[in-house]
Amino acid sequence: MKKSIEELNAIRERMQQNIQVRTENADNTRVVVGMATCGIAAGARPVLTAIVDEVNRRKLKNVTVTQTGCIGVCRLEPIVEIYEPGKEKVTYVNMDENKARQVVSEHLVNQRVVDEYTIGAAK
Amino acid sequence: MEDLSLHILDISQNSLRAGAKNIFIVIRDLPEPDLLEISVEDDGSGMDEELLSRVTDPFVTTRDTRSIGLGIPLLKMAAEMSGGRFNITSETGKGTKIVASFGRSHIDSPPLGDIAETVVTLIQGNPDVRFRYERCTEQGVFSLDTKELAEILQGVPLNEPEVLQWIREYLEDADADI
Repeated sequence: MKKSIEELNAIRERMQQNIQVRTENADNTRVVVGMATCGIAAGARPVLTAIVDEVNRRKLKNVTVTQTGCIGVCRLEPIVEIYEPGKEKVTYVNMDENKARQVVSEHLVNQRVVDEYTIGAAK
Repeated sequence: MEDLSLHILDISQNSLRAGAKNIFIVIRDLPEPDLLEISVEDDGSGMDEELLSRVTDPFVTTRDTRSIGLGIPLLKMAAEMSGGRFNITSETGKGTKIVASFGRSHIDSPPLGDIAETVVTLIQGNPDVRFRYERCTEQGVFSLDTKELAEILQGVPLNEPEVLQWIREYLEDADADI
């Protein structure tokens, strides 16, 4: 069925009733995807899409997905950084769509860092 | 860059970094001659003539994490390799406009790629920036303006996952039509 503007109206009504609209606050986990020339050329766009999709599908609250420019280690792009309150930043490198989905389920859901994809494991 | 949708995403990041609040993306088929033209126009900080004259040089960038910038040179090269043209105009305090055309039937012409994913990615990261996307073909004109969507949404953020999903499907439907 074709998407219509009426459907967007329906989404708005549903969202406005739903008090639990995602809020930005200090307790949020931030997932940051590098989206500069280096990242985009290496495949950052599908990585971002996969993370947004997975976070949404699993209905993870208190997770915000954002984008940034060049992180400075272009040869290791696509790069994803995860900032959790009270913890050290974790940097994942050479990401692809599948690794990104795995990081959401392991790191964000099960609270286990996927060591093999981190910058520390990169050659 | 594998396709034009990735170039558009990349060039739009320059606009965002220049503080643009309005970004207009147009993709136009030009039947005579056989060209596909893309343009990205913004109201960001713009460039003075001196920087503008050097910006297609890969060793020029405004970023401080690295001293080279490849986005604009890569787009210019892709356009010229396919028999198309590249043009950039800019004015300090007003904004920048980039127009690149590609020979559609040229063997080195990159495919258009997933333009819906590019537009959704831009909105996801920048829900407060107004994006207008226009696609013109011989079949007609399609346009999407996030300002109009924001009016319908009355405060519901454009980057709510359900909204992004709707935008993606809306764009994909339109793409199938024209």
